[in-house]
Amino acid sequence: MARTKAAFKPSLSDRVFDIVNYTFMTLVMIVTLYPFLNVLAISLNDSVDTVRGGITIWPRQFTFENYVQIFQYEGLLTGAKITVLRTLAGTLLGLLSGTMLGYVLSRVDFQGRKFMSTFLALTMYFSGGMIPVFILIRDLNMMNTFLVYIIPGMVSAFNVFVIRSFIDGLPYSLQESAKLDGANDFTIYYRIILPLCKPVLATIALFLAVGQWNSWFDTYLYNGSAPHLTTLQFELMKVLQSTQGQQSGMMTGQNMAEIVKQVSPESIKMAITIVVTVPILIVYPFLQRYFVKGMTLGAVKS
Amino acid sequence: MKAVTEREGSVQPATRKKKKKGFWATFKEQKILYGMSLPFIIVVFIFSYLPIWGWLMAFQSYRPGRSVFEQKWVGFDHFVALFTDEKFYLVLRNTLAMSFMGLIVGFTIPILFAVLLNELRGSVFKRTVQTISYLPHFVSWVVVAGIVTKMLSVDGGAVNQLLLWLGIIDQPIQFMAQGSWFWYIVTGSDLWKEMGWNAIIYLAAISGIDQEQFEAAKVDGASRIRQIWHITIPSIAPTIAILLIMSIGHLISIGFEKQFLLGNPLVVDYSQVLDLYALNYGLGMGRFSFGTAIGMFNSIVSIILLLIANGVFKKFTKQSIM
Repeated sequence: MARTKAAFKPSLSDRVFDIVNYTFMTLVMIVTLYPFLNVLAISLNDSVDTVRGGITIWPRQFTFENYVQIFQYEGLLTGAKITVLRTLAGTLLGLLSGTMLGYVLSRVDFQGRKFMSTFLALTMYFSGGMIPVFILIRDLNMMNTFLVYIIPGMVSAFNVFVIRSFIDGLPYSLQESAKLDGANDFTIYYRIILPLCKPVLATIALFLAVGQWNSWFDTYLYNGSAPHLTTLQFELMKVLQSTQGQQSGMMTGQNMAEIVKQVSPESIKMAITIVVTVPILIVYPFLQRYFVKGMTLGAVKS
Repeated sequence: MKAVTEREGSVQPATRKKKKKGFWATFKEQKILYGMSLPFIIVVFIFSYLPIWGWLMAFQSYRPGRSVFEQKWVGFDHFVALFTDEKFYLVLRNTLAMSFMGLIVGFTIPILFAVLLNELRGSVFKRTVQTISYLPHFVSWVVVAGIVTKMLSVDGGAVNQLLLWLGIIDQPIQFMAQGSWFWYIVTGSDLWKEMGWNAIIYLAAISGIDQEQFEAAKVDGASRIRQIWHITIPSIAPTIAILLIMSIGHLISIGFEKQFLLGNPLVVDYSQVLDLYALNYGLGMGRFSFGTAIGMFNSIVSIILLLIANGVFKKFTKQSIM
């Protein structure tokens, strides 16, 4: 009797556990969300009024003026254009290399399979380091070019192996019957494998797009002196770092950071932060079910 | 494999030589497969393997504009310079401190978070928490550094406001200007950004546990905490082990993004890490050879750590992750 009762009626310790747990989770949500809401509120607040401080999650003097302002800066507009371009190009190239290599390496009859797999896997454990890569890029004349954003990181061994293990899970008979119908290897890849890979491709595409959208260091290192190739993250980095008074060596006379600083620091900075962040945040909840699967698959296989 | 041998058998008539087809014959037959893979393999060769060749620079006195054979060889001079530089030990201390703090916090908290998340009853609440917890993962370090600096600022930063309001402090703490805070700020920012994301893998492992075990435990009157301790944790132990080894392999290569973006001249004694050191000395001051030596040291230590971790793992589980 006592046993069944215990099964249906939560004991005191279980209730305490629940209360603590729900409180903890609520705190996690607040700590995660508050900074974003705060940034959003400040970006929508009158920039002069912001200096008074005390904005939490609601603007005191609501205005879109900050957003109107930032879109008049050349750097941000160019940055937006280049960032969109590199995200599209980088994602497409990454998907192309990932699926092609993934497919080829899933073919047990392919004679280069073993060599290529090892060749790729090794790149996950070592790298030449920043300076040899820098010198290589310079010697290849890729400094101050758009290509530096999409070519060097085009192949990701991790993505290839995730896609390969997905293809391994598909029934082999599909490929065989296509072969009997006279399809060549490329046709099998294009007509049979690619359409079936959609779920894993959604995950990989998300990873690639986020990676491209968020990177700033390649701009800093290779294209820092090419304003026509600037990116959103790099522009934001310059603006945010300017007030901290560091990296002064790389500040040029009339760059955006200086201008922004003169006009109004806080609200403008936060408006740029929102512009840089929002596109990604809009996309990710819709792809959630895909990336949860992708993450699991990748970790288990690698 | 069976399919392959059968197929090869049917293609090769028995009258032919017993020997397998030659390399070039197969190459020709599989030219489409080669065409689909070789271009990418060449890209990998250029951008991942060629730079290893650049390691030779660490033993030379690199001058731009000369080929690798025309450079002056200096042996281990740069390594001697590196190991006698006092700054190097400071940098190594910072790297190791932040690596270990990151490993301990960044490894344990997501497990705890996943376990606790699994104990939530309402599925709407659970899903909401989970979705929100992923959010910071998708935001760049540039943005996170900006947000952290804002939250910790002296004038009106949320953290100082809260501490003042609670009466814990009576004047704002200068978080970003004091070196002693820097390691904690980096570790905390990393946790804030990646906790939810790193919990995904454990949640997946937990959802694979047989529910009957929990039912049985409930009938026996086991409390929630006992269920977690005796069922949930042991069930996800293999996943924990694998991920631990992988994080140890990446221990020293913590990168420099966080330190670069969160650091400032005031805290440089605590923020400088190996990669940043290589960046500042190597590229900033044009000492390419010295910078390469730093990078090489970093890579070699990483590989040794990974091999040790893998060896230990192999010994205990008879499995290899490499």
